Amino acid sequence: MVRRVPPIFVVLLAICVWISLLNPRFATVPGFMSFLMRAAPAAILAAGQLFVIVAGGFDLSVGSLITLVVLGSSMLIDGDPANTAWVIAVMFLIGIAVGVFNGAVTSWLKVPSFITTLGMLVTLKGFALLWTGGAPRGFLPNNFRVFGRNRLTGVPLLDEVPYAVIILLVVAVVATYLLHRTGWGKQLIALGDNPRAARLSGVPTAKVRILAFVASATSAVIAGILLGGFSGVSTNVGDGQELGAISAAVLGGAKLLGGRGTMPGAIAGALTLQALFTLLNLLGWPKPLRDGLQGVIIIGAVAYTAWRERRS
Amino acid sequence: MSGYVIRKPGRAGLPPAFLFLAGAFVAAWVLVSLFGRGQFLSAANISNIFVRSVALGIVAVGQSFAILGGSIDLSVAHLISVTAVMASFIMQGDPANIARAIVVVAAIGLGVGLLNGLIITKLRVNALIATLGTGLFMQGLLSTSFQNFAGAVAPEFEVLAYGTWGPVPIPVVVLLGVVALGALVMHRTRFGARLYAVGGHAEVARLSGLRTDRVLIGAHIIASLSAVLTGLFIAARLGAGAPWVGQDGVYDLESIAAVVVGGTALAGGRGGVLGTLAGVLIFSIMDSMFNQLGTGAFLKQVFRGFIIIAAVASYSVRSREEVG
Repeated sequence: MVRRVPPIFVVLLAICVWISLLNPRFATVPGFMSFLMRAAPAAILAAGQLFVIVAGGFDLSVGSLITLVVLGSSMLIDGDPANTAWVIAVMFLIGIAVGVFNGAVTSWLKVPSFITTLGMLVTLKGFALLWTGGAPRGFLPNNFRVFGRNRLTGVPLLDEVPYAVIILLVVAVVATYLLHRTGWGKQLIALGDNPRAARLSGVPTAKVRILAFVASATSAVIAGILLGGFSGVSTNVGDGQELGAISAAVLGGAKLLGGRGTMPGAIAGALTLQALFTLLNLLGWPKPLRDGLQGVIIIGAVAYTAWRERRS
Repeated sequence: MSGYVIRKPGRAGLPPAFLFLAGAFVAAWVLVSLFGRGQFLSAANISNIFVRSVALGIVAVGQSFAILGGSIDLSVAHLISVTAVMASFIMQGDPANIARAIVVVAAIGLGVGLLNGLIITKLRVNALIATLGTGLFMQGLLSTSFQNFAGAVAPEFEVLAYGTWGPVPIPVVVLLGVVALGALVMHRTRFGARLYAVGGHAEVARLSGLRTDRVLIGAHIIASLSAVLTGLFIAARLGAGAPWVGQDGVYDLESIAAVVVGGTALAGGRGGVLGTLAGVLIFSIMDSMFNQLGTGAFLKQVFRGFIIIAAVASYSVRSREEVG
């Protein structure tokens, strides 16, 4: 439940104001829409990751799943736009299967999800490279890439809205509803807060956890489709995305090992990271230094949260 | 404090991971003999398997300390890059600079381990985030300052990677020495016993009078110093360090994988470095086998992920606790 404005929104607003001062175009509708479009995959991924984090787990496999979606789609579509629809359906099925596997191994074989999904990270990346022979092959047709790079035109007031932003909005609303307004969401938080207590009070822990991993994997499939559209076929498109998603959720106030986290916070965390990169880019920081500052910021944010918790 | 008896933690015999190691060895032997090219059981190949294990093995020993204490270290890959670059940059091919280079990188390792430990214990930042953050920070500084191979190690320094001691390669001697030292610290010192206590149940350890923070900081310093040694080995092997050598080897996730395949519990408190050595050797045997079978690197990767999950499942499946 969101009781008051979490600090992440203040930080996000401050960074956005700063960017606008440096680059007035950012504060216009098209400028902000472009920003949201670039941030959409990471924000969707953070939303999915949060389901797993509040339940006390990690999903490290999402980055490799993104790579598999991008490479696998280009292989299966094979240049024929008529294949796009069923290939996207197949990708969602693969995602659901990965999520069920992650959740089932964690729940029934008692392998910590950090390890389960680390194994999946290695396996899925290997599988994607095996499938394509290690090099990006083929291309994604326009009707696949439209979701990641095109805009819906003729929208009243806003004129053009990227499809990615509409998808982000839908994901945000659905995910917020699922986590904060359903019994499953409450069970997830209970499971993360105290797994034994949750089990003893009748929470079907395996089912609840498997669904969380399915949600996370599904978000990775959506993010993969958007990234494939935005930047095309590459073998390292998903690398490191899992750590970005975890960082975003944590910046948004989620507690690792479970029990606490808000969906608007996690999405704002991802937007903040993207805004920060935009800002540092405008200030002329080279990319490695930007990554370095990200490290300091996530430590600072978590230390601040821990300090506030101890004081209260 | 000196009066009480310390119960020797850990198992007296070999950890169960050695059973998997034996299984992997036999499976690789049979498969390569039937379908592969070359001899699996030749002295050259066995030596090759060990040499393959050195870089990952050393850093995995340090990672075992962090994980045994209930923590984790994601910064090792970046520290390996920092070490390899700094060592070859300071040496500039001159043997007179070897000592200075080693002192500098050891000091960096000490500082990074101390910083990781302090952030985790004093600022109460989750270890995953803390070491992810310090790793990103180090890599940022490094990649801003260096874009390519920097300097060169002294030719004398390459002994660390290419020298032999009788028939045994020096790197293998170093690896076994590090494992022996790690086992000694873990099983025969008070610090080791305290580390098991902290990893087993930090709150109970604290209430029984252990300074848990110091123990964890010590574990992180060991993890960082082992990453430094791996970085030195890689610099010796390549002749120079580049800012991507650590990440290219995925030493962060691979070392964690080797530790848990070796039977150390991710939650801490159970396991040891001998198991970690078995975990690393299992990976090297599989690598060697897939090479000799000529199946290519990607199939190997597909299998490796499943091996990680299956090995850990075999240890955890009887647990009745909820695992997150």
